[in-house]
Amino acid sequence: MTLKEIKEILQAEIICGENLLDIEIEFAGGADLMSDALSFGEPGLILLTGLTNSQSVRTADIIGAKAIVYVRGKKPNIDVIEFAQSKKIPLLSTKLMMYTACGRLFSHNLPGVHEHKGKKSNAC
Amino acid sequence: MHAEVELSLNFDIKGRNFSKAGTISTKIKEILQELGIPMSIIRRTAIAAYEAEMNVVMYADKAQLTLCLTPAGISIIINDEGPGIEDIKQAMEEGFSTATDEIREMGFGAGMGLPNIKKNSDKMKISSIPGKGTSLDIFFNLSKVSEQ
Repeated sequence: MTLKEIKEILQAEIICGENLLDIEIEFAGGADLMSDALSFGEPGLILLTGLTNSQSVRTADIIGAKAIVYVRGKKPNIDVIEFAQSKKIPLLSTKLMMYTACGRLFSHNLPGVHEHKGKKSNAC
Repeated sequence: MHAEVELSLNFDIKGRNFSKAGTISTKIKEILQELGIPMSIIRRTAIAAYEAEMNVVMYADKAQLTLCLTPAGISIIINDEGPGIEDIKQAMEEGFSTATDEIREMGFGAGMGLPNIKKNSDKMKISSIPGKGTSLDIFFNLSKVSEQ
């Protein structure tokens, strides 16, 4: 699924990274606690979170996430946006709650981290 | 090629400096990328370094982080000055946390820091003197390139 499709499913607004809407996203994960994201995160995921400070972008960069969606209509400040731009991490914002946003993506066949990992190991 | 590189760098971490929290870990990631270290090892190292750096920012007064790269692997040693840890066994349990609301607002303090460091490193040693500080020594084997 492309980031553009995710944007449409979540009726999300692009905060930065409009030129990266064609990237392919294979799986997603949601967390407000960055230690949880650091624990389950895998390279390539899209991170859904309600945390808008710089640690959300830093965590995404450290785990190799491809993009961040902020839920509940939240938006980061300009410093965080510039940090994301420097790391080439697109930022989106949706008015949906975390549960609804994750549910919509899952129902459109975007798996979670564990389902994605399970699929990969079954293929081996 | 990476096995020939030897490097030793020191970084100072300030406690409670939340605006700069994580910058050293990002720097370490960039250094390891420039040196051509395999991505799977960079990722594990960066996650462990980030959790360790955040622990200093959240709980300690200050610390020195030493990054060493030898033919055998990458080591990160952090010696902090701060309250130390009363019960290391308890601190290693997933979910155990003494975090304040300020720390939780940063997205940390879930009691996953030390378990995450252990999970992502190949060797981990931790010792602490309550009232003085904590020493953390973590190692990443460069011959281990499997994805985690």
